[in-house]
Parts: sequence; C-alpha cells; structure tokens
Amino acid sequence: MNLLRDTGPSGPELVSGLVERLRAYRGPPVTIMEVCGTHTVAAARMGLRGLLPEGVRLLSGPGCPVCVTPVDLFDQALHLVREAGVILATYGDAVRVVYSALDALALAERNPDREVVFLGLGFETTAPTVAAALLRARRDEVRNFSVLSAHKAILPAMEALLQDPEVRIGAFLCPGHASMVLGAKAYEPLAERYGIPCCVAGFEPVDVLAGVLRLLGQVQGGEARVENAYPRAVSAAGNRTAQEALDRVFQRAPARWRGLGEIDGSGYDLRPAFAPWDARRRFLQGVRFEGREPAGCRCAEVLRGRIEPAECPLFARACTPQRPVGACMVSSEGACGAHYRYRRRADG
Amino acid sequence: MCVAVPGEIVRLADDGTAEVDFGGVRRVVSTALLPEVQPGDFVIVHAGFALHRVDPDEARQTRELFRQVLDESPS
Ligand code: SF4
Repeated sequence: MNLLRDTGPSGPELVSGLVERLRAYRGPPVTIMEVCGTHTVAAARMGLRGLLPEGVRLLSGPGCPVCVTPVDLFDQALHLVREAGVILATYGDAVRVVYSALDALALAERNPDREVVFLGLGFETTAPTVAAALLRARRDEVRNFSVLSAHKAILPAMEALLQDPEVRIGAFLCPGHASMVLGAKAYEPLAERYGIPCCVAGFEPVDVLAGVLRLLGQVQGGEARVENAYPRAVSAAGNRTAQEALDRVFQRAPARWRGLGEIDGSGYDLRPAFAPWDARRRFLQGVRFEGREPAGCRCAEVLRGRIEPAECPLFARACTPQRPVGACMVSSEGACGAHYRYRRRADG
Repeated sequence: MCVAVPGEIVRLADDGTAEVDFGGVRRVVSTALLPEVQPGDFVIVHAGFALHRVDPDEARQTRELFRQVLDESPS
C-alpha cells in the first residue's frame, strides 16, 4: 500500500462534505481553542473562521513556542553570544540555524575550542529530541555542548487557561504532534476534571475540520471526553521512548509564559545530573534580565484567547510581519502573523 | 512548525540513524526515539527524529473516521 497516498485523506468531496456538516451545526454557542502553532497556521490558511457556523468561535491559544517564551530568555541568549562568546544554535532564524539538536551537537564536536549552546524551544514534540541529544552528549562526553532550555509542557498551560475566570473555553482542539509523544490519553484528566471536550487533530484542512466537527458533536450531546481524530499519527499511549528520554533528562519546574505568567510544573529544566550540559547553570548564574514587553503590544491577551489579533489596535497598522511589534507577529506560527498573512481569505 | 507527511525508512545504519524517503527527497534522521523501526516502515519525523511509526491499520482507521464524521456529525 502507498501510505503517502492512503494516509493523506483529501479530495474536494470530503472537504465540501465536512464544510456542509459544519454549517449545519445548530447546537449551543461555543468557543474552541487550539493550542498548536501549526493549527493556527492551518486554520488561517484555509479561512476556517469564515466557515464556522454562528456562535462558534475558534481562538488561538499559547501554542507558538516563540510567542510564549518571555522576552528575557532571548536577552539571556544574546548575553551568551556577546559576553560568553558561545556559538548559539537553534531552529528558525536566530544566529546559527540547525535542523535538529543533534546538528548542534555535531557542531560542538567539530568546534572543540568553542562552546555551543542550543536554545531549546517548544513543547513535547521537540523536547524529547533535545533530551536525546543530551543523552548522546553525556554518553560521548561532549563537554562544549549545552542547552538553554525554555521547553514547556502544554498540559499545565491548558489547565491554567481553564482556571482563569476571564477566559471561557468550551472545547480544546489538541495539538497533533505534541500528542504524538504524550498520547491522546494525556488529555483525559482535563476532560474529566473540567468537563471539557477534547479532540486531537492533524494539520490537513480535512483533519482540522473533522476535529472541530467532533468537538461540536460533543458540545451538542453535552459530552466531555477525549477523541482522537488523528489516529494515523497519534496513539492512545504516545511514544514511550520519547517520554522516557524526557523524564531522564528533564524535571518539571515552574516556568513563566508570556501572557499566562508563571505556571507550576510547566517548564522542562535539566536535571542536576545534566548540570554540565545546562547552559543556565554554566553561564547565567547570578545574571538577571529585565525583559520588557514592547509598549502597546497585546500578545499577552492574544495568547490567552482574550482578544483576537485584529482587536489589537496596532494590528496591521503599526504592527506587520515586515515591522513586527510583538512576538505573535514575528513568528510564522504566531496568531497575529498567521491572521495577517491570510486575513483576506479569512474575511471573505 | 510540524510536518505531517510520513516518510519511508529506506535503510537503517548502525549509528542509530536511518535514511528516510519523503516522496523522492531523502534525509538522514535519528531513530533514538523510535528504536523499533524497520525498513519499509512509514514514520513521522520532527526536528530530525523519527517520532511515530504509522501503523497501516491506523492509516485505514483515518479513512473510517472521516466516513464516520460525515455520517454522524451534528446537524
Ligand atoms: S498585532 Fe502586534 S502589537 Fe498587537 S498583539 Fe499582535 S504582535 Fe502584539
């Protein structure tokens, strides 16, 4: 069988069938939140908001790794480059671009007289890959490699949002690939404790549509359980090897999120056994950073789903992808950036 | 940004990496987080690591699921 063809459900009939179903929804009004940067982009690109029936809202939550990282982390990273003279490696467009944490480790091995620091951003999808690189660094005794971890756990953030009286979320569209590691079962305590419908969804338009439809089905039926609309990538139990790697290398610690403040147990800090590879312990002891947010930027409210990007007075005026004011516009996965790029389609 | 297209394991190397074919484009990825993979398996790769083996049954389930969503979603 050709899995590439057979797993990528597509076809205009399927999409139009799903859209028709969506339009036919007559249940109670509900706000659905997605917490995954890739969902933010997929929904904006397909103009999903324009397809939603009346009373149904889709908000972007804290799913963009760069957006939720407080400003002072980037100050710390700059400090490492300027004051400690390290080679900083990370994904995206900061300093030395690498495809994988292992590439950063290889960079260290090729430059034994330099310190290489990998800036670790992201949720449970990327954190285990960094854990694997650290396990390798320890095994091979690579001493000039370290990680500045800003890795975060998505579940405590989702729970914090449910506890916030100003935020009203009726259902969660759960991230496709963080769930690949965590497993769909990981959301069961949330669904049970808070009576909130959850559905894991993939990134194709049909995947997102199917996920939203599943959630609306639950809302209409007054149910709150975990559904998995992405079984080709997400199992109930997740990837155990990745979970073990995470647990061997990292421990949970309080972490600060832009917009959400400090959340208990939401950060992945390196365990003491990995102190020799912990850039924070090695280079940043006693160094303090202010980390001021840009004036007028309302990223904090966007990340909590309190306002939509277009409700920020700077959106598309002072703040555009060419001249971004806040992180939500800088990052390609940020809600403001995604809304800006696809706004005509979403409006029409 | 997550890439959702599965690639096919072409060859395993003994240093814990595998060559993966993404519809003609080949990449070397780490199998450290998915040690059980075999040539011929389809995997989802993130940040240079294979993270999930796509089970052919699960792939079939996806089709089934879409049929279900169409049949029984709210209206
Ligand atoms: S539009 Fe710009 S200034 Fe406004 S919240 Fe978004 S990133 Fe911040």
